[in-house]
Amino acid sequence: MTIAPILLCAPLLVFLIVFFFAPLAVMLSYSVRNSEVPIVLPNLSKAIATWDGLGLPPASVFSALALDLKSNSDSMALGEAARRLDFEVPGYRALVFKTARRLQADQASTSGRDELTRIDARWANPRYWSALNRATASLTPAFFLAAFDLKMDDLGHITRVEEDRRVYLDTFLRTFQIGGTVTLLCLLLGYPIAFAITVLPRRFAAALTFSVILPFWTSLLVRTSAWIVVLSKDGVVNSFLTRLGVINEPLQLIFNRTGLYIVMVHILLPFMVLPIRSVMQGISPNYMKASASLGAHPFLGFFKVYLPLTLPGVGAGCLMTFIIAIGYYITPALVGGAGDNMISFFIAFHTNSVINWGMAAALGVVLLSAVLLIFGTFGRLLGLSRIVALK
Amino acid sequence: MKTNRIIAVYSCVMMLFLLGPLLAFLPISFSSVSFLSYPLPGYSLQWYEKVLQPTPWMFALKNSLIVGSLSTALATVLGTAAAFGLTRKNFPASGFVLALIVSPMIVPVVVTAVGTYFMFAKLGLVATFSGLVIAHTVLGVPFVVITVSSTLQTFDNRLLQAAYGLGASPIHAFFTIVLPLIANGVIAGAIFAFVTSFDEVVVAIFIGGPQQKTLPRQMFEGIKDNIDPSILAMSAILLLVTILLMVFLGLLRRR
Amino acid sequence: MRTNPISTLLSAAAILVAAQVAHASDITLVGAGGVLQDAERAVFFEPFAKQAGISFSEDSYAGEQAKIRAMVLSKNVTWDVIQLDHAEMIVGCDEGLYQKLDWPKIGNPEDFLPQAVQPCGVGAFAWSFVFAYDQDRIVDGPKNWVDFWDLKKWPGKRGMRASARLTLEAALLADGVKNEDLYKVLATDEGVTRAFKKLDEIKSQIVWWTTGAEPIERLAAGDVAVTTAFNGRVTTANQNGRHFALVWDGQMYGQDYWGIVSGSPHKDLAEKFIAFASQPEIQSKLPEKIAYGIMNKKAIAMVPPKAAEAMPTAPQNLKNAIPFDAAFWAENDADLTAKFEAWRAR
Repeated sequence: MTIAPILLCAPLLVFLIVFFFAPLAVMLSYSVRNSEVPIVLPNLSKAIATWDGLGLPPASVFSALALDLKSNSDSMALGEAARRLDFEVPGYRALVFKTARRLQADQASTSGRDELTRIDARWANPRYWSALNRATASLTPAFFLAAFDLKMDDLGHITRVEEDRRVYLDTFLRTFQIGGTVTLLCLLLGYPIAFAITVLPRRFAAALTFSVILPFWTSLLVRTSAWIVVLSKDGVVNSFLTRLGVINEPLQLIFNRTGLYIVMVHILLPFMVLPIRSVMQGISPNYMKASASLGAHPFLGFFKVYLPLTLPGVGAGCLMTFIIAIGYYITPALVGGAGDNMISFFIAFHTNSVINWGMAAALGVVLLSAVLLIFGTFGRLLGLSRIVALK
Repeated sequence: MKTNRIIAVYSCVMMLFLLGPLLAFLPISFSSVSFLSYPLPGYSLQWYEKVLQPTPWMFALKNSLIVGSLSTALATVLGTAAAFGLTRKNFPASGFVLALIVSPMIVPVVVTAVGTYFMFAKLGLVATFSGLVIAHTVLGVPFVVITVSSTLQTFDNRLLQAAYGLGASPIHAFFTIVLPLIANGVIAGAIFAFVTSFDEVVVAIFIGGPQQKTLPRQMFEGIKDNIDPSILAMSAILLLVTILLMVFLGLLRRR
Repeated sequence: MRTNPISTLLSAAAILVAAQVAHASDITLVGAGGVLQDAERAVFFEPFAKQAGISFSEDSYAGEQAKIRAMVLSKNVTWDVIQLDHAEMIVGCDEGLYQKLDWPKIGNPEDFLPQAVQPCGVGAFAWSFVFAYDQDRIVDGPKNWVDFWDLKKWPGKRGMRASARLTLEAALLADGVKNEDLYKVLATDEGVTRAFKKLDEIKSQIVWWTTGAEPIERLAAGDVAVTTAFNGRVTTANQNGRHFALVWDGQMYGQDYWGIVSGSPHKDLAEKFIAFASQPEIQSKLPEKIAYGIMNKKAIAMVPPKAAEAMPTAPQNLKNAIPFDAAFWAENDADLTAKFEAWRAR
């Protein structure tokens, strides 16, 4: 009979391995793979391996490249390779296609070096060759380096990227900062709500619980569009405040950081309140009574007795809120402003718009590692079941 | 008592914050004009009529229902079986297995979406219903496992032993003894899985094609593109459905 | 609840297959969303479907090229005809995302304006990138790109496109670069730095938009005081009761194309659609619905004078206009976009 439970679990485990863990593994492989160029330029890849990487490569490397470009028939694969090279040196994509087009149009046999430099003088620049060299190694650290605003220069040293290209470190910091602020706001607002639910009269507490749970169950996009209506320039809040005479000019409450915080707190508050409430409901009121009967001031009783007992709920709430917040994509896209982009924006941007899948994968792996690290560190303390048994 | 009053006032303010926006948009969905601001010049049902047109809203709703119900069916079957296996006493490394099963809840959705997209692009599952159903099943199944497991913890194992003692096969015993007793948990889990799929937008954006445009994706594009009161009319309908689901779940739990 | 899990799965699979079959339409046409797509639907999509006796489905595209790439790579192409940005059409044509067109099936190249005839694209319409403000809120508004930058005289948020293309050009024009030098300056590192420096001046006031409909919405809601936009959407908003002023001085004009996604399962029908949409009688109806220029020379004369006035190509609108350099962007997009996104996030 020991085999039966495992058999019952097996279909789900196989399903998750194939459709959840394997995709994550694919993402991991994309973040270091470097196969685009070798696939399209096989002769060049072989030839360039013999080059010492200094100055310009020998003539054989030039002819290998010319041969590969001339005989290429898979323009889509060539596009992938050209994009990979453009990631190393801007403008490389166009250079590859221009050269391939010219070589293919020209029927004469090629000598390589002269013909390439005649087509475009950039082929005489060692920069383009060391980029090719880097892009033909079997694995590449380039995407992970780039995720931290670093790069490998032409001499193989790791350096910071030019100042006007640094973006990801700041974005990671901003992501954590937004996540941290939202978590803190949720805690400050949510802890008293959870407390109120446990002490208010039954009906009132039920109404309060309902108002926490209803938004929780309501579609994210319903809530977001509701907030856009409420917070926009002609929105409910602004017209109310103007009528009261509190403000003369409408406030900018949306499409900026303020709007992002308001909407994110509204969306994530239930994730904070519910675990804290479930811990609080398990605390016997006798504890507080005991501390009061021992002569402690209610405040002291709260801080010394009650608060520590609620910490597991606080921990679970903060952990879940923070982890969800740093992965946010939809809300910043709809209600955030310039400079409120979180790391998910860049993951989606590289996947869907600029099609640099290696970069998207590397950023995804860094975000995933951060989440797993946080979860591994704090989740163990709190116990998995408490954190996930939210809904 | 003063403290009690502070708590009551605070609770009212928070209820306003939590529910206010959900109430504030409702009147605009009955507006006679396309602006999203008050005061309303007049009332009409035109936005509800627009939402009931076949495209784009009813098409998106139909897609959401197809994807939602199929992924729910799949998640419920896989998840219930797994939960039943996991809660047996002799299950090896159940903590680790549970961690594996619930990990889709913890991994940021955008990461799941990108990984799935890369792999599905290779498998030809991008822009297919099957692909979206599979991806939503992954996201919904942890809720089924958790809900059903917690129901199973109150299940008395001796019932099952008695059934075996009377000669019932394990499968027969499961369907006649266990399932009726945990039915509420299974239904609750299925509702969670359905809501997860029905409300999901990130994976739908990455994996779905034009033929698989779901309601949340339509709303996302609408908000970015042409925000008009029809989005609010759709929101109002969804809000009503949400409340009905909550009431239904509440009744399930009370039983 | 006495169901066998296997039969549940099987019936689920059956529904899945049925659902896919039920959704198949004869052709999928992809536009750019919003009022532009409404116009395209009325002028091109619906009349074509009616004439050919077919059904169509549509989608909108805002430059997520990965979607097309994934379709083509996985040989699961669900889009047939797509409206493309010029630079993107060039890049996609290089890389085989779009089919090389069989021009005889489309029409006579001689009938089109020269820039409309491309290996992978047929000019669909000419747009203009301008800026606009709401005359109900600002009476005496900004008149050129220099004024657009003037936050003292015209305070308030500035709507700008979240894209390096056209935004960097606007910054350089505002910084006094002459029209004819624009792309020469932008091709240098100093020119790029200069553009970002100019954008820094108003950065705190910028609200970014990505889809063509957003700036119009924001302007209508008062969330921005002045915004860049594509001209057609501004004119349409005015036809719907808005009083937006559209500033033609320094307009940048270019064209969008119809293309066919490689491996389109309905290639023949797709070609027929493009041929249909390129006929003068059909094209000439577009400017009445949305104020974009048209690419068939014969169609231009057929546009009613009132609609022609609002077209980017009307002589009075072309006085100080700059053609958008798609070839420049096809070459430099990746680099400038990386810099632009880094700057924007800073």
